[in-house]
Amino acid sequence: MKQKRSLLEKAAAVPHMVWIVLFILGPLLFVLYFAFTDTKGSFSFSNIELLTSYSHIFFLSICFALVATAFCLLIGYPLAFVMARAKPSSQKLLMLLLMLPMWISLLIRTYSLMTLLDNGGLVNSLLTAMGLDTVSIVGTGGAVILGMVYDFLPYMVLPIYTSISKLDKRYLEAAADLGCNGFQTLFRVVLPLTVPGIVSGITMVFVPSISTFYISQKLGGGNFDLIGDTIERQFKYASTYHIGAAISLVMMILILISIAVMNRFSDGDGEEMIV
Amino acid sequence: MKILSRTYMWVVFALLYAPILVLVIFSFNDGGSLSAYTGFSFRWYGELFRDQVALQSLKNSFFLAASSSLLATVIGTFAALGLDRMRNRYVKGAVNSVTNIPMMNPDIVTGVSMMLLFVALGGMLGLGDVLGKWTMLIAHTTFSLPYVILSVMPRFKQFDKTLREAALDLGCTPAQSFFKVELPAIVPGIVSGLVMAFTLSLDDFVISHFVSSPDFQTLPLYIYNQTAHNVKYSMYALCTLIIATILVLLLAVNFAGSVGDRTKRRREALK
Amino acid sequence: MNNKLIELRSIVKSFDGEQVLCGIDLDIHDKEFVTLLGPSGCGKTTTLRIIGGFETPDTGEVVFEGKRINDVPPYKRAVNTVFQKYALFPHLNVYDNVAFGLRLQKVSEEEIRDRVREMLTMTGLKGFEMRKPTTLSGGQQQRVAIARALINRPRVLLLDEPLGALDLKLRKDMQNELKRIQHATGITFIYVTHDQEEALSMSDTVVVMADGKIQQIGTPTDIYNEPVNAFVADFIGESNILDGVMLGDKRARFAGHTFDCVDGGFAKNEQVDIVIRPEDVDVVPVSRGMLAGTVSSVTFKGDYYEIIVDIAGFKWMIETSDYVAPDEKIGLYIEPDAIHVMKKSEYSGKFGDYSTFSEEMEHLSDPELEVEEEVVSE
Repeated sequence: MKQKRSLLEKAAAVPHMVWIVLFILGPLLFVLYFAFTDTKGSFSFSNIELLTSYSHIFFLSICFALVATAFCLLIGYPLAFVMARAKPSSQKLLMLLLMLPMWISLLIRTYSLMTLLDNGGLVNSLLTAMGLDTVSIVGTGGAVILGMVYDFLPYMVLPIYTSISKLDKRYLEAAADLGCNGFQTLFRVVLPLTVPGIVSGITMVFVPSISTFYISQKLGGGNFDLIGDTIERQFKYASTYHIGAAISLVMMILILISIAVMNRFSDGDGEEMIV
Repeated sequence: MKILSRTYMWVVFALLYAPILVLVIFSFNDGGSLSAYTGFSFRWYGELFRDQVALQSLKNSFFLAASSSLLATVIGTFAALGLDRMRNRYVKGAVNSVTNIPMMNPDIVTGVSMMLLFVALGGMLGLGDVLGKWTMLIAHTTFSLPYVILSVMPRFKQFDKTLREAALDLGCTPAQSFFKVELPAIVPGIVSGLVMAFTLSLDDFVISHFVSSPDFQTLPLYIYNQTAHNVKYSMYALCTLIIATILVLLLAVNFAGSVGDRTKRRREALK
Repeated sequence: MNNKLIELRSIVKSFDGEQVLCGIDLDIHDKEFVTLLGPSGCGKTTTLRIIGGFETPDTGEVVFEGKRINDVPPYKRAVNTVFQKYALFPHLNVYDNVAFGLRLQKVSEEEIRDRVREMLTMTGLKGFEMRKPTTLSGGQQQRVAIARALINRPRVLLLDEPLGALDLKLRKDMQNELKRIQHATGITFIYVTHDQEEALSMSDTVVVMADGKIQQIGTPTDIYNEPVNAFVADFIGESNILDGVMLGDKRARFAGHTFDCVDGGFAKNEQVDIVIRPEDVDVVPVSRGMLAGTVSSVTFKGDYYEIIVDIAGFKWMIETSDYVAPDEKIGLYIEPDAIHVMKKSEYSGKFGDYSTFSEEMEHLSDPELEVEEEVVSE
């Protein structure tokens, strides 16, 4: 039935539309504007040209984010798999255990990890107590990556867990029936069917990893400048908005492209599965 | 095989929780060290409650979470209604994509882009430094909107249109049918959107970091400032309290959920 | 007959350029049980929705007690509906669902309590007041839907395939129940179904529809015994439909034989469709038969055998209580009053030949399945 819409129904979305134009599109336009103007306000490519001197920062950030994402996937997939195959009664508890860290502020978790690994922290006190040398963990690249994995692992596990538990059990039975053992079932049936979960897990870990600044500040001990740190510095301390806007713009485009590629990848895989 | 996978799972969980547990345990450490436990004490909790800055940030956080989640819920619910009734598919698609930008973008980009808007507009309009309570409210409302719409929209979509016809058939005017029949079906979505917006606002640090000023601090900003300098040990007490609150809330939601599940199952058994 | 309550005048309705109703004319009388019967997509539900006020006709008039009501919204019509999937409000319990209409009319709570109690007693739902609709069985939900509509004392009750979701046994019970309720309340029922058996056993008047047009209006016996065209003959019960020629009054020739029949009023040598019901054919020895043929299949149906007989290439369906063997040669005997003659129509030659007949095909084209699919695709 084609209903006549009341005035309220027609106008209901208008405040929202005004809001998002003002506060979502508006800010992005300002990013564009600042990225392509100099301090005097005239059009200029100088900010973009200046970005070449930040290329090593981009490179380092991408490397760290990729490595962290890879570790999350390697640790997270088996975890999700084991969780999804646990007894239904214990799955609730496991979900709770997984969700709790996601709700706790990233600041608290990062900071607690740092205090644990710090030179005066519990790990090193234990090493000393056992008569071993202390190790400086905080301040290394490894610590930064460890922080990312620690902070974002649940974001990898959750979507994969969801897609594994949604998987129709009959596929597994069919695979077993056709002669797959446990590992073959995992690699030939479960893994391909959970690609969408993997893709969303990768996105959910990669995006915050590449844009973080708190993790590198705390666990990197200030030794590593990532994109997030650079942007934060431009805006919070140096007030060099133009170059900051240019870096933000490039990072945004970088992320949008990689999300698009990832989605394309998972779509393509989906079609293959149907064929 | 089973033992191996179980062990693996519990080891990962143990590692995930170890730092948090250490933090919680050492918040009761009388000595105020994170490596040597010298005795149980509520000392730091006492100090926390005497810390006016911390208490003020807590108040600010709740004020901001309440006001931004309410605002986002009102705007978002009306938006979901309007989008559900909207016939122009292109406008609908465009609105949806723009709404979801803050969900896709890294928080830091959302934060700095809003900061640019506020700073530039403040400068243009001659308002000077506008960053503070109101810019925080705008920013939190903005990043909550997609989540509100995401939880209300499906309720509108799933709403059985014949129920509306049944209401008209039994004598409801279109307005009455909306309030008596459609709204009750939407309410759970509105509530979960509100709760989601509230928790997102409480938890947000990155975006707040860029659109705030020192005179309006929220809890995450307070924690950040604490960890940026010499940490007061009362911070551990604060973190412990936050973790405890989250744990209680999650358990409550989970319990409510399992009660709901049970009634659902009972219903299905009756069918 | 009682006075006219509803009149539909040349109703035309299109959806997205596709005409679903092409000129519907129908009178519905007070206290009548009218059934709109037809396959899915024939326009019966649209007709019902136009009476309910959920659709407006493109052209034509809906008249209620002499007044044109085309533009009267549903909530101002003295008509209530029992919806296909009941459409019970999930957030209200049985009592509040049933009381819904009265509350809108600002009836006092005491009166509501009495009338709800009365209604729930009549529909056999006593004791279910506090239950939520989702906790009820299909049959119980059905009763709530009926009670919720009837409590408003409408002049007309519209029922849109109300028994479609119930299993066979329950459906039979509910048919009797509905009939009883209609007698007790004296309310006009307009009932939509694709189930011909349901239509024949419940209605005062059956309206057979196909392709957006009314094919025939009549009592159940009229519709069964005197179908006007091949579509109606095939849709109502089983029929053998043959091409025939009227040699003169009460003389018809078909299947290579000339028969006496009881129908007249045709031109000499007019081409016609002949309908013969499977149960009206007698199986006799070949020597005594008017026609002779070979049995090609036999299916046991419980109280009779359904046999397919090949007579000069045309397959007949015949119901007989005596067993015959496949490939047996048999004779057929047809009484004059078993032969029904119809004018040629657009449906001639499309129905009534059992050469491709199989139970599975019948099952696949079951309109109920199509209805299910429609619901899913929504």
